[in-house]
Amino acid sequence: MSPEVSVWSRQILAVVRLELKKNFSFRRALPVYLLAALPLAIFAVHAISYARGWIRCEGSEDLTVFAGVFQLFVLRLVVFFGCVVVFLNLFRGEVVQKSLHYYFLAPMRREVLVVGKYLAGLLACGCVFAAGVALSYVILCWHLAQTPARELAGPAIHFVAAYAGVTVLACAGYGAVFLLLGMLFRNPIIPAVAVLVWESLIVFFPPLLKKISVIFYLESLCPVRVPFTGPGSLFAITANPTPAYLAAPGLMLLAIAVVAAAAVRIRRMEIGYGLE
Amino acid sequence: MNGANGIVFEDVSKFYGDVLGVNRVQLSIPPGITTLVGPNGSGKTTLMNLMTGLVQPSRGSVRVLGIPPSDPRRLFAVTGYCTQFDAFPRGLTGYDFIYLYLRLHAMGHAQAAQLTARALDRVNMAEAARHRIASYSKGMRQRIKLAQAIAHQPSVLVLDEPLNGLDPMARAEAIALFRALAGEGLYVIISSHILHEVDQVSDQVVMLSNGYVVAEGQIQAVRGEMHQEHPLQILVRCSQPGLLAANLFSQDHVSEVRMHHDRGGLLVSTRDPERFYALLGRMVLEGGIHLESVAPADEDALSVYEYLIGGGGGAA
Repeated sequence: MSPEVSVWSRQILAVVRLELKKNFSFRRALPVYLLAALPLAIFAVHAISYARGWIRCEGSEDLTVFAGVFQLFVLRLVVFFGCVVVFLNLFRGEVVQKSLHYYFLAPMRREVLVVGKYLAGLLACGCVFAAGVALSYVILCWHLAQTPARELAGPAIHFVAAYAGVTVLACAGYGAVFLLLGMLFRNPIIPAVAVLVWESLIVFFPPLLKKISVIFYLESLCPVRVPFTGPGSLFAITANPTPAYLAAPGLMLLAIAVVAAAAVRIRRMEIGYGLE
Repeated sequence: MNGANGIVFEDVSKFYGDVLGVNRVQLSIPPGITTLVGPNGSGKTTLMNLMTGLVQPSRGSVRVLGIPPSDPRRLFAVTGYCTQFDAFPRGLTGYDFIYLYLRLHAMGHAQAAQLTARALDRVNMAEAARHRIASYSKGMRQRIKLAQAIAHQPSVLVLDEPLNGLDPMARAEAIALFRALAGEGLYVIISSHILHEVDQVSDQVVMLSNGYVVAEGQIQAVRGEMHQEHPLQILVRCSQPGLLAANLFSQDHVSEVRMHHDRGGLLVSTRDPERFYALLGRMVLEGGIHLESVAPADEDALSVYEYLIGGGGGAA
């Protein structure tokens, strides 16, 4: 490793350490932990209700239900808003608190700061949300083992890594987008809402436009497909899912490209808190 | 002085949209304590931010020890900046604040811990260092910022209104620290809009008004250049002020002689201080006047600034 790269890697680690210390204590990151606990709560309540005999469940639909909850609720809302909270604030929060200059006055390239902050956000979100999803799935499999469809539980447990992996990729994709939005806009909530609307309506868009979204690639990677039903399905346009060997690297490339754009942006950034 | 050994502004202008920050600044700052003087909005902070790359010039270039602000790796290895922002990263203790930011210098734990302890000692914050910054008083926050700025032992220290919020004892300690750092060969650049502080602290002054540098240099030298337009006022306390006044009225270089308000001395305005001091010596020897004290009455930053700007515009 060249001395320059060695310095960069140590500085990135220092940024990650500092960000985790500042932003991810239990109290400070409570909204993120609560969001991550939501799917866990849904499946825990379902499993406990069945175990206590309060509800009837055959279990045969549960894997599809989990896939639906994961794609429509966890990816589109829980991870999305978790990334909004964490990544939008990586730079915007520091500008509001007037503390960004401490980083700018350190002897490191600003690009290194962008990478360090992104990795800190990814580490925190990835761990918290992937753990939430994995635990939810383990609870589902435990519940399945109690139902008449218990033979599904054994093979299904192998999907836990896939769901956790998709969750981490979601954090990587959405995180990069919100990191950049937090640097570009004084009030990044409006563009964040625009991203939410785009990601929600993508099902109605032609295949080419679908590819300009994070959720399209994530759904391609999910181990269980969820059919789009209801009145809206009349207007839905189906597209072939991107193969996993393209979707995963494609999403990572997208994230890298967006983080690179953020790195270009930060080079021209000036400290002018009074103007914010 | 060559560019590699000083802080050099070459025809630097900075505009914030249509608003002027500083204009056509041509400046070379030597080692020692240099104070940027001027009222709020005169461009002091803009100059400091330009030096440290927090803002970029609209025109011209800045070099700090020959390093451009676009090279943060080299620049901030030798520069510390204590800004005027009374804001800190959330949730950190004083120790964390210094230690964790030192780790950004790619230092190992042992070195960062040692430098942190040294910086905390230097500003008398070792005892409070394990408490959260949020619980600190204004003076403690000011000192912990100062510690953070000096922790990596920079050669250039930039301090924006560093005495704000400090009580008299802490001010005296801070000034002593600045002097000690300047004595170690550092470039210490301080901004202040409180002009009576400037005389206590500075080796050099840079006077700013509305984004322009209106004067620079040692305060006595700047004052000396103004003798024709603004004769130097000298307060002479002596046993026979009336006799002294009668003798001074006939001198062509003396433009005004006034009795001091306590009637214990004379305020003499002269365009040629050297001739005045020579004359005074002769009068003491020949006239039997007993001198108690002789001192310039307007050779300070406040007076000079008021002469230059015409009232100070808020400088006080």
